Amino acid sequence: MAGITSYGAYIPWYRINRMVIYSAMGWLNPASSLPGEKAVANFDEDSLTMAVNASMDCLNGLDQEEIDGLYFATTTPPYRERQCAGIVATSLDLRPDIRTADFADSTRAGSTALLAAYDAVKAGSTKSIIVTASDCRLGKPGGFQEEMYGDSAAALILGNKGVIASLEGSYSLSYDFMDHWRAAGDKYNRTWEDRWIRDEGYGKFIPEAISGLMNKYSMSPKDIAKVVYPCLYIRSHADIGKSLGFEPGQIQEHMFTTIGNTGAAYTLMLLVAALEDAKPGDKIVVASYGNGSDAMLFEVTKEIEKIKERKGIKKNLATKSDLPSYERFATSREVLTIDTGGRGEEMPVSSASGTWRSRRMLLGLVGSRCKRCGTPQFPPQRVCVKPDCGAVDEMEDYRFAQRRGHLFTYTADSLAFSPNPPAIYGMVDFEGGGRSLFDLTDCDLDMLSVNMPVEMTFRRKFHDENRGVSAYSWKATPIRA
Amino acid sequence: MPEGIKDKVAIIGMGCTRFGERWESSGGDLMVEAFTECIEDAGIEKKDIDTAYWGACFPMQGLSGLPLAQLLKLPFIGVTHVENYCATGTEALRAATYAVASGAADIALALGVEKLKDTGYGGLPAMGGMGGAEALLMPNSTAPGLFAMMATGYFSKYNIPPDQGKRVIGRVSWKSHQNGVKNPKAHLRREVTMEQIVNAPIVAWPLGLFDCCGVSDGSAAAIVVRAEEAKKFRPDPVYIKALQIAISSGEEQIYTDYDYAHVETGYRAGIRVYKEAGVKNPRKEISMAELHDCFSITETVTYEDLQFSPRGRAGEDIEAGFFDLEGDLPVQPDGGLKCFGHPIGASGLRMVYEMYKQLQGKAGPRQIKDPKLGLTHNMGGFPPGNVIAVCIVGQ
Repeated sequence: MAGITSYGAYIPWYRINRMVIYSAMGWLNPASSLPGEKAVANFDEDSLTMAVNASMDCLNGLDQEEIDGLYFATTTPPYRERQCAGIVATSLDLRPDIRTADFADSTRAGSTALLAAYDAVKAGSTKSIIVTASDCRLGKPGGFQEEMYGDSAAALILGNKGVIASLEGSYSLSYDFMDHWRAAGDKYNRTWEDRWIRDEGYGKFIPEAISGLMNKYSMSPKDIAKVVYPCLYIRSHADIGKSLGFEPGQIQEHMFTTIGNTGAAYTLMLLVAALEDAKPGDKIVVASYGNGSDAMLFEVTKEIEKIKERKGIKKNLATKSDLPSYERFATSREVLTIDTGGRGEEMPVSSASGTWRSRRMLLGLVGSRCKRCGTPQFPPQRVCVKPDCGAVDEMEDYRFAQRRGHLFTYTADSLAFSPNPPAIYGMVDFEGGGRSLFDLTDCDLDMLSVNMPVEMTFRRKFHDENRGVSAYSWKATPIRA
Repeated sequence: MPEGIKDKVAIIGMGCTRFGERWESSGGDLMVEAFTECIEDAGIEKKDIDTAYWGACFPMQGLSGLPLAQLLKLPFIGVTHVENYCATGTEALRAATYAVASGAADIALALGVEKLKDTGYGGLPAMGGMGGAEALLMPNSTAPGLFAMMATGYFSKYNIPPDQGKRVIGRVSWKSHQNGVKNPKAHLRREVTMEQIVNAPIVAWPLGLFDCCGVSDGSAAAIVVRAEEAKKFRPDPVYIKALQIAISSGEEQIYTDYDYAHVETGYRAGIRVYKEAGVKNPRKEISMAELHDCFSITETVTYEDLQFSPRGRAGEDIEAGFFDLEGDLPVQPDGGLKCFGHPIGASGLRMVYEMYKQLQGKAGPRQIKDPKLGLTHNMGGFPPGNVIAVCIVGQ
C-alpha cells in the first residue's frame, strides 16, 4: 500500500481583510470587491520558507533520516536556476543521498508532485518522499488577483509504511488553457477575462477530471466522504460540486475567505484540511486546477488515528494578526519600494563557499553537543563551551530547529533597519540546553516577556539584490498554537 | 599573578580633539590635531618617538601602520595598527606601555581615532560583513539593541518595573549631561531634565535617546616613557598603576549561566586591575572614574562589576548622587561617552586624557578636589561577547 503517511501546513501569521485592500485600491476597479480575508507572508517569508515550515510540521515526531526524497511545488520559486527543493531539504537537515526536484510553472504543480512521489514510492524506487507545495503570488495593485491570492504552504509525506490515506487512483487532464500567466521576468500575473475562465476553464476541467476519476473507478458521489477542489469563484465552487451530485456537506470548505487562492499549494492545503477531519474508511476525492486538472482518490486508514497532533490548517488558521493597512501589505510583499535609508543598504557578505561549508548550521540550525559533558551548543563548537569541560573535537551533531526554548532577554530595535520595524531580537535558551541570539518574527513588542516560550521558524534573513542572493536561516517566534 | 605594570610607565603628554560631528575634518585631520597637542604637551619632537601604535575600530581609516606613519611623516620607525572593538584606544596605550616597559623603546606614541560621521546614516556603521558564516545567523542588530537586552535582563533579574528602571538608568545620563556642559571639548553640551530623558523617543526598547551615547568624530593620543625617566620631561607625569584587559571566553554567549544583567569581563578585569594596583576597597580608594557608558545601562552594571556598588544595588548609589561630580566617587567628570562623545578608537585614550588632566589639576570648572587614583573602563563588543580594558592612573 502506498499513500500519504503524514501531513502538515503553514499559514502566515499576517492576514489582511480584503476590504482593506479594496478601500485603498478599489477606486481603480470598483467591481473588484471580494469577501473575507487572505493570508499574507511576512516580509521575511517566501514560497521556500513557508515550504520548510510546513514540512517541519509534517515531520513532527518523525525521523527525517528516513526521508528519501523531497519534491517542492510552486509557481514562485525564489531562484530560477538553483534547485529550491535542495534548499528545503538542507533546511530540514535531510540526508544528502535523496531525490529532490522542483515542480513549477502551474498551479497544478502541487498535485503533479504528489502523483510523481506516489509513483516513485509505488514503483519501489524510494520509500518515503516529502511533497511540499507553497506559493506566494502577486496580483497587480488594484486588480482582482491582488485580493484573491493568498500565501500558504502544505506538506505531505508519501510512503508505504504507516499510510494514513492510500492513493487508490488518479485521473489527469492537461490543457494549455491560458487563463492566467506570468512570463519570464514578470513580477505580477496577468489574466484573461474572468467570465471565460469561470465558464470554459474552471467550471469545466474540475468536473471533467472528477467525472473521469469516478467513472474510471466506478464510484458515485454517495461513496465519497469529501470532495476537495480549489475555489476561484465562490459561487462556481458550490456549483461544481452540485453539478457532480455532491451534497454541500460533502464539499470541503474552500478557505478562499480565510487564506485565499494559494496557487500551487491550494489543493494540498485543502487536502490537509480534509485529512484533519477524516475518519478511517473515508474516501476523499481531490482535484487540482491549473492548465488542466489532476483528480485523485484517497481512502483513509486506521493509521490516521495514530498521527501526532499537528499545527496543520486549524491551528495555523486560529492565530493571526490583521494588517491594518494596504501600505503594510504592499511593503511586506515589496509592491511598494520603500526608503530603507543607508543602513538598510548595508548587507552581510553572502559568500557561496562560506555558506556551503556552513550549510548545516545556517540552513539546518544544526549545532553540536559535547559527547563528554552533554552540553548542547549553538553555533557548533569544536572546543566545548562548558567552563569546566573544554573537550576538543568530541562533538556530535545536534539539531535545534525543532526544539522549543524560552526567551531569555530581548529588545525592539528602532535603529536597526527592518521593513517591519522595530527589529525585535533576543537570546533564546533552548529546552535541554543551548543558547543563541536570534531575530524574533511574527510578534509585537507588547506580546513579549522574559521567559516566555518560543519556537523556531525558517525565514529569509536578507535578500542581496546586488548578487541576486536570498539568504535563509531560522528566527524565533512566540509559539502560535 | 605576574608582577604587573604598576609604576613602571608614565604618561608625559596627551592630546585630545574636540569630539563631535566634525563635518569639516577628515580622520587624518583629527589625528594630526590630537598628535600636535600631545607632543606639545610632552615637550618632545616627532624625531624623539621610537615606536607608535595607532588604532581605529572601523577600517575606513586604512589598515597597517602606514596611515599614521605617512600622515605624520614618521621617520621609518615601527608603527602598528591595533584594534580591539571599542576598547581600541586603551589597546593602543597598552601596546605603547609594554613597548617602553620592556626597554624596546624609550618613547612611544599611542593614538586612537574614529571618523564615524561619513556613513550617511545615524548610529555606528553597520557591521553585517564581519564574522564569517556565523554573522549570517545574527539578527540585523545594532549596539543600542544589543545593550538594551542588558536593561531587559537587569530589570528582570532584580524585579524592577521597566518604567522605574528607566528612571534609574536615566539618572546616570542626567549626571553626565550636568558634567558635559562644563567641558568645551564635549560633543553634547546641554543640561537635560529627567522628564526629557524618560520621555525621549525609544531607540531600542527599553533604551531611549538619552540612554545612548553620542556618535562622534575625534582622536586622542598619549606619549609614554619609563617611569624613572618621566620627571625629565615634566614635573607632573601621570603613572600607570594598572592596565588589564579581559576578553569573553564564549561561555556568556553560548552557555546558559550568564544572566545578561552584568558584564563578566568587567568583573574579571576589575579584580585583576585592583590586584595589580594594590587597591583593596575600590569604592573608597578610587577617586574618580571614566566608565564606558555607551548606554546608561552599561554604566549602571559597571558600578557593580567594578565593585563600586553591591550587585543589584547600583540604583541606590545613583539616586544618592554618589557618582555625581560633587559625590564621593565622581564618574564621567568630562561627560563620558554620553556627552563627550564616542569616536570608537579614540575613546579609551580620551578617558585617560580626562584622568590625566584631573590628576594635574587642569580640569577647569569640573576639577575634582585632590584626586589620587583615576580609573578608566573601556568596553568593546556586546554584553555576552566583549573586550574590557581597565586602567588605573595616579601620581
